[in-house]
Amino acid sequence: MIIFEATNGSLIHRIDPRVRVAAACAFAAVVCLSHRLVALEIALAAALGLVVLGRLSIVSILGRIKALNLFILVIVLLLPLFIPGEPAIRISGLTWTREGLHRAGLIALRANIIMLAMICLLATMEPAHLGFALRKLGVPEKLTHVLLFMIRYVELFHQEYHRLRDALRLRAFRPACNRHTFRTFGYIVGLLLVRSMDRAQRVLDAMKCRGFHGRLYVLAPFRFTPADAAFALLAAGLVILLSWIQLR
Amino acid sequence: MNEPLIQLRGVQFSYSPEAPVLDGVDLSLRPWERIGLIGPIGCGKTTLLHLVVGLLAPTAGTVWAFGKTRTGESDFREVRLRAGLVFQYADDQLFCPTVIEDVAFGPLNLGKTADEARSIAHETLQLVGMGGFEERITYRLSGGQKRLVSLATVLAMHPDVLLLDEPTSALDAESKTRVGDILRRLNLAMIIVSHEHDFVRDLTTRIVNMNGGRLIEES
Repeated sequence: MIIFEATNGSLIHRIDPRVRVAAACAFAAVVCLSHRLVALEIALAAALGLVVLGRLSIVSILGRIKALNLFILVIVLLLPLFIPGEPAIRISGLTWTREGLHRAGLIALRANIIMLAMICLLATMEPAHLGFALRKLGVPEKLTHVLLFMIRYVELFHQEYHRLRDALRLRAFRPACNRHTFRTFGYIVGLLLVRSMDRAQRVLDAMKCRGFHGRLYVLAPFRFTPADAAFALLAAGLVILLSWIQLR
Repeated sequence: MNEPLIQLRGVQFSYSPEAPVLDGVDLSLRPWERIGLIGPIGCGKTTLLHLVVGLLAPTAGTVWAFGKTRTGESDFREVRLRAGLVFQYADDQLFCPTVIEDVAFGPLNLGKTADEARSIAHETLQLVGMGGFEERITYRLSGGQKRLVSLATVLAMHPDVLLLDEPTSALDAESKTRVGDILRRLNLAMIIVSHEHDFVRDLTTRIVNMNGGRLIEES
């Protein structure tokens, strides 16, 4: 399970993380509030532009977007049933309205645009840099620590869960819908929680032994370069353009 | 100039009143001394190390270290910088994405600049024979490599005393020899906790046996 792909040295990868985080947030906010198709088309073009600039692999992007779109599919199927308007499709008593389909389409488009931008701008930096950038932008220290440690340890718990599951399989456990299964899964979840607590305590102890006093430092300091300024200006321009189209 | 660096005086400790783990322990570590602490699993060896650096507090007795008696958290903060504890499981010790970040974590906490921390980390990795591993992903290293890196994370703080908790557990023979060679080259006072008699006997100046919550000097 790889969340972050930090190294390929493309233009996007070299932009200051602070600029990228701020740009991603502003872009996502304005796309969320856009209802006009023109604005969303421009935003989509911008997001695709980021994919090209970031030299990201199409296969991995499709993999990430697939999960989101399974969820979106449910909305697209259900929403048009409940929004009144001109009937568009009728199948055995169920009516999907034109207005509903339009609304669902907008949601699907917006979600994919934002997801693409996040993949290009945020998933392309070191987790530690993301944490550091968030802190520089005023996010509380504790929240960024939670984020960083989650990124570091989610993989470890994933492995732990697999070990427990293998141990069950080796003793011929087969999940079914019965009390034995529920109890067993209860034990597993409980054990994972207890083990995580213990490990968290040990990691904190080890960190204290190395002088940790509530602050994480980053080895590579950020430098704000002309390229960063240019990127920030472009992003700001795009956000203003999209807002203007919406408010016109 | 033969004042001990660390001294435990009548230290008692228990997780529950019925079962004391340490029952009046006295131990002195003098400069350049290397003590091997041997005993069966679960006899309180790790507990003793955690008491020395203040991760646990004794129920009775005192911990004296580097010139004064240590009681509160702020007291022990200084002890932890001068007495480096290497944990038994490297996975508990290493938490940064890359090796260099993990080794530089301690120096950064000590107030070094990023450049200083980086160069200290490079030197320390060279010292433990892990030069060239700087940018590797920590959790993808092998068990032996993780052990050497976790040793480096502690050495990078330039401690006066090294506390090692089972430095050879779950290592193959070759990695064991490597760890042993590195420890032998270091000019530091040490307490090595282990249940491997041969390894410890070979490295230390005296051996202390732990049993039933007490220490017995081996002649």
